[in-house]
Amino acid sequence: MKMKENMVTVYIMGEAYDVPDSSTIITAMEYAGFQLTTGIGCREGFCGACATIYREKGDYKLKGALACQTVVTDGMTLAQIPFMPSEKPIYNLQEITADINTVKELFPTIFRCVSCNTCTKACPQDIEVMDYIQALKKGNIAEAADISFDCIRCGLCALRCPAEIVQYNAATLARRLYGRYLAKKSPEVDESIKEIEDGKYDKELDDLTKMDRKTLSEKYYSRETKLR
Amino acid sequence: MKIPYYPGCTLKSTAKHFENSAIASAKALDIEFIELPKWNCCGVVTPLAEDDIMHHVAPVRNMIRVLEMNKAGTVSNEKRLLTLCSMCFNTLKRSSLRVKEKIDDLDILNDFMYKEEDYDGSVEIVHFLEILKENGFDKINKKVKKSLKDLKVAPYYGCMLLRPKDIGLDDPERPTIFEELLSALNAPPVDWRAKNKCCGSFLTLENKETVAKLGHDILTNAQKSGADMIITSCPLCAFNLDNRQKIIKKIHPEFETIPVLYFTQLMAIAFGLDKELIGLDKNFINPIPLLESKGLL
Amino acid sequence: MPKTIVLDKKSVNFLKKITELSGEIITLCDQCGTCSGGCPVIEDMDITPSQLMRMVLIGDQTVLQSKTMWLCATCNTCTVRCPRGLDVSKVAEALRQTTLRQSIDKVKIDEIPKEELAELPQIALVAAFRKLTS
Repeated sequence: MKMKENMVTVYIMGEAYDVPDSSTIITAMEYAGFQLTTGIGCREGFCGACATIYREKGDYKLKGALACQTVVTDGMTLAQIPFMPSEKPIYNLQEITADINTVKELFPTIFRCVSCNTCTKACPQDIEVMDYIQALKKGNIAEAADISFDCIRCGLCALRCPAEIVQYNAATLARRLYGRYLAKKSPEVDESIKEIEDGKYDKELDDLTKMDRKTLSEKYYSRETKLR
Repeated sequence: MKIPYYPGCTLKSTAKHFENSAIASAKALDIEFIELPKWNCCGVVTPLAEDDIMHHVAPVRNMIRVLEMNKAGTVSNEKRLLTLCSMCFNTLKRSSLRVKEKIDDLDILNDFMYKEEDYDGSVEIVHFLEILKENGFDKINKKVKKSLKDLKVAPYYGCMLLRPKDIGLDDPERPTIFEELLSALNAPPVDWRAKNKCCGSFLTLENKETVAKLGHDILTNAQKSGADMIITSCPLCAFNLDNRQKIIKKIHPEFETIPVLYFTQLMAIAFGLDKELIGLDKNFINPIPLLESKGLL
Repeated sequence: MPKTIVLDKKSVNFLKKITELSGEIITLCDQCGTCSGGCPVIEDMDITPSQLMRMVLIGDQTVLQSKTMWLCATCNTCTVRCPRGLDVSKVAEALRQTTLRQSIDKVKIDEIPKEELAELPQIALVAAFRKLTS
């Protein structure tokens, strides 16, 4: 027997729809008959494609969310933001330095930040967005990379920013600079690369490429049991 | 004594030597700066439009941190917030006074920053110079290891330490606090006309020529008054008076360059502190030959 | 050249608006010229600070076309010297805001050469963007 579902009313771009109360915003839209071709991606909260803004009944606050991760509530009004217009500075990571000068050159707009914290409030990933912008303003790239690590570039911070900063692009720069110049170098990686270059794994790889499908399949499916 | 300290963005990069030398000199006087655990840019310039409340958010947010520090016990009953940069001092102080005078504005700000603790208006903004004076210039004199008696220093106040009247830490027209400090360091202060003339501030972005003109007048006035060097407490004045000498030299080829130091660098030199902390390599016009000629390095 | 002052509704509203925005009672200005006398950047201005005050007072909106408000670096020299206790820098800010609030920028951030952005300290960028961009 199918369990009886309670229905709630949501307003998608101003139009009322009755949808099951257990729906996420995405499934609610699909239930209501929308065929989503943009503003949807992995459905797992990782890709950042389904940024949505909404207000709940009786609450004046405008909230941001990923549509695939947020369950609808009765009386919710919402609109999707399938794309955030933004200009991306072009840079060659090999030619820039991990310091304040790069930040000033590529993202001068971050110096317009008024510390209103609206970006942080809008972030569906609970990232302290304002804090990483402030870290960049001070030239602390490692801190900015660290704080922004969970960013999925949904664009809601940039949408809400009164100073018209594109925060997530600046955060991406910070993480790239961190990875390229600031992250602690691992001696193991260099050792492994040398081993590969010295041909330590050549025979094994050669054997694998020549293996027939059946043996390869057996070998693949037994790999985890072997580990135990 | 332990005091909450607000550095400001520039003191973490181009003016790092200002911060380093200040912290080290303060330490020699048993003053410990406790940096705010989390802070944001103050906005540099104060919003002057009556209805502009938004731009007071940034300064007030930093004041909330001072309350948090007191609550956490990082400092004990110390609601003064120490600044080094003149512009941070001015901006933070103007906001602190505005929300104290206009309670309605504070209510709006607290409501807007609902994720923060409410600010109660109790934080007082102070400049390092005020703390030095309170601590006693005689104590500074006792710490002097290298006498600066042969160094003629022109103290440059600029605008933000002095004006407007209710914000300034000294008389807006005839200030003396820098001279008192210099005397404590045994350096004869130079009396000069341009000590509180504006350097052009942020016009340095759009109106470089105006800034060069102002800089030329300020610097040559110091030289004519017999100064070997200039001291300041503002990273923007420092940029306009130090780095912009490059442009001044282009416009006035006969112009002789003159070193511009942060006052804390001079303190660190007199206290005989570590070279690394003084950071003389970060000044645009190299002050080392001058200091060497006076036997100070 | 003689100038006809028209105190129509438009001019009166302009004075009212700048008075509200600046919080300064501009009608108190005596035109003594102390602000102009002490202004460090007057050489580069097209109208003097006291002329600026006068133009606002008579509701002359062409004051918005002048360079003066953009050259005021809010050094507050005039503020501490005004015998009437007026703050000209606040009037200049009100005039700047009147323009900026129409989303008209004085500085185009995209057009600043990269070398200059790299050279200028953060403090200069933040201050200039606050005062010169909308």
